[in-house]
Formats: sequence, C-alpha cells, structure tokens
Amino acid sequence: MILANTESNSSLKSHNTRFNPYDDNGGSIVAIGGDDFVVIASDTRLSTGFSIYSRNQSKLFKLSKKSILGSSGCWCDTLTLTRLLNARMQMYLHEHNKEMNTPALAQMLSTMLYYKRFFPYYVSNILAGIESDGSGWIYSYDPIGNVEKCKFRAGGSSGVLLQPLLDNQIMLSNLQNIDEQPLSLEKAIKIIQDVFTSAAERDIYTGDEIRIMSITADCFKEEKIQMRKD
Amino acid sequence: MSILEYNGGAVVAMKGKNCVAIASDKRFGIQAQTLSVNFEKVFEISPHLYVGLPGLATDTQTVYQRLKFRQNLYELKEGRSMSPKAFCAMLANMLYEKRFGPYFVEPVVAALDKNNEPFIVAMDLLGCMTTPDDFVVNGTCSRQLYGMCEVLWEPNLEPDDLFETISQALVNACDRDAVSGWGAVVYIIEKDKVTIKHVKTRMD
Repeated sequence: MILANTESNSSLKSHNTRFNPYDDNGGSIVAIGGDDFVVIASDTRLSTGFSIYSRNQSKLFKLSKKSILGSSGCWCDTLTLTRLLNARMQMYLHEHNKEMNTPALAQMLSTMLYYKRFFPYYVSNILAGIESDGSGWIYSYDPIGNVEKCKFRAGGSSGVLLQPLLDNQIMLSNLQNIDEQPLSLEKAIKIIQDVFTSAAERDIYTGDEIRIMSITADCFKEEKIQMRKD
Repeated sequence: MSILEYNGGAVVAMKGKNCVAIASDKRFGIQAQTLSVNFEKVFEISPHLYVGLPGLATDTQTVYQRLKFRQNLYELKEGRSMSPKAFCAMLANMLYEKRFGPYFVEPVVAALDKNNEPFIVAMDLLGCMTTPDDFVVNGTCSRQLYGMCEVLWEPNLEPDDLFETISQALVNACDRDAVSGWGAVVYIIEKDKVTIKHVKTRMD
C-alpha cells in the first residue's frame, strides 16, 4: 500500500507523491504475565518492504527494575518515544526520590501517546511489569494510547497470527475437561518459543532471533534463541 | 474493504494419515451484520472430494453451481467420476476464464485420490493453485489460521486427532475475527467413511 502511494507513477503528477513520514519496520512482541513473574519477547529483525535493515535489533526496552517495554512499528517513532519515556521517568525519579511503579508508567505511556492524537507515534506497544503485590501484568496499547490490562498479548506484524494461539494455550479457550494449573515461567517461555517459530514461518517481517526478558521477585533474566533467518 | 471480506468466512483443510479434513465456519453476514448462522461453505463433489469456497457469498453459490454443472457433463460424457486433479484443473480453468472480472472466491479442495492418498489444494481468486503437504487455509481469518495451524499441525495425524487439530485451529482463529465463526462444520474424509461434525462455538 505504501509502495503504491509513494512510488511515482508516470501518469500521476507530483502532488500525488507527497512525503510520507511513516514507515513500517515490522517486528513482533509477545508478553505473558504470571502469578509471580512476567516475561516479554521480541524478534530481532528490522526491515522495510522487502529489505532487511538489521538482523540484530531487539525491540525490548528495560525501563525500570520492574518493567519492560516492547515496541514495534515505525522504528524512528519507537526510538523517539522510548527516549522521551526515559526522560520523563528520570524527572519522576528526581522529583519523588523513587522509581516509577508499573501502573503509573502504564498510565504515563497512554497519556504520552494520546498527546500526539493527530500525528501519532506509529508503534504498537506492549508493557510488561511486576505490580506491588508481585504479580505480573501486561499493558497493551494502540498507537493513540488506548490501553488494556491483561495477562498475555501478542503485538506487531505477527500479532494477528499469534494471539489466537495464546488464547488457546494460556486462557485455554475452546478447551474442555482440562484442569487449569497456574502458568510457570518455564512453560511461558516454551510457549513463546513455539509461537515465534510459527510466526517466522509465515511472516517475512519476523525472524532471525528471539530476545526474551523475564522478571521475577528476585531476578532479571535475558536470553536469546535462534530462529530461521530467511 | 475488499469485496472478498464483504460476507466473511473461512475454510481450512489438513492432511492426516490415510485421511484428510476440511472445515468451514457457518456465518453469513453483510459486513458487520450477521444474517445467518447456517451458511456452509464446504460442498461435496463426490464421496471422497470436497470443495470449500470462502469469499463473496453470491460467488460461492454461483461457482458451486457451475462446478456441479460441469461435473455432471463430465460424468455423462466419460462415464466415470472426476479425479481430484482433474477437478482442480477444471476449477482453476473456470476461475481464470474470468481473469479480468473474477469470481471473488478463494477455493480450498480436500480429497482422497484413487490410491486413497490425501490431497489438498488452495487457490486464489484467479485460479492459481498451491499444493503443500501439510495444510491450506483461505478466507477472512487466514492469517489467524496460519498461526494456529503452524503450531498445532503435525505429520501422520489419525482421524480423531486430525479432527481435534483442525477444529481447534478453526475455532480459535475465528474467535479473533469479527466476520467469521458462529458455528463450524468439519468433514473427516477416510477411505470408507466421511464423518461430518458440527462444532459449537461462541456466538459473539
């Protein structure tokens, strides 16, 4: 679609080839929150159209000890947004002498997105964080700051492919006679690995490597898993 | 919005061990408004050959009627039933005849051939065929279906497991599509029987 609009067609005059400030750089985010952990993952491919800018660009941003942001879409907007977020968090720290907690951060992100209601940041954000009671929660956003608090979410270019699978495997939707057990961190990471492998199979904007960050009460962990690179 | 998404609906077919399955949702609507919840998009062509026609509902019916007409002529002329391969060639040809004013359907074919080998085909609206060896999907929630099938499907599924796999794939994919769902129907095609199961789904 973007190609069709910007590529100059010989029969069209110049007023039809206006500067387009947005690009879609692809990438996918998956986040899962449990009773005592939160885990978020992204792929590391950065692309535009049929070409790849980087095979090694994580889309995860560790914002505080208790929260991680995953942001995909227009990469320049992601960079600007996270830079501003960090600045605002720094100001909060200096003013209140404490780190911002997850719900406050979630609300601030929503406000910052809506502030640009008529020239939005073209990004799909997923914020994963531990709350004051130690439980893990996910906040997912649309580009203009609508926010939903939930236990799991897939976003970015493969969000559509992955979300029904998470519904099925985590919420156990459309499954009967299965006793629901609390989700463990190991199981969550296994599901993430499976869904990313599936996405890399069908989505050209997702692939190369999975970066996984997890937070529990006592530790922060980061790991890499290789994916197909074609 | 594409005319292919005007009525909504999805079809998926999968290969199993000596069996094949094809399933569709049952919704018929005009954009967001649901008009009927028993509009099936999968049709029996012969005992081991089924075709699913998701897309514009009027073309689903027209294409099915024209297929049936051509198939009847073939059987009268040749005195034998059509092979899945011949059927697909005919369907593809029929679609390509309308290259510049196409029927807005994206067919899925599931069959057992004369050696009882599973056979699946998917086409685009112009009749471009693809024959993978795992599963095929088409319709408004094809992206959701790809995500589901890619994880759930495995080689050599027995008929019961194949039913569970294809149903879970279809139902969970439809739950994330506003214009698909409202009930589903699954056909499990084996050498000496075809099992038709109607699956209840959430109706919102």
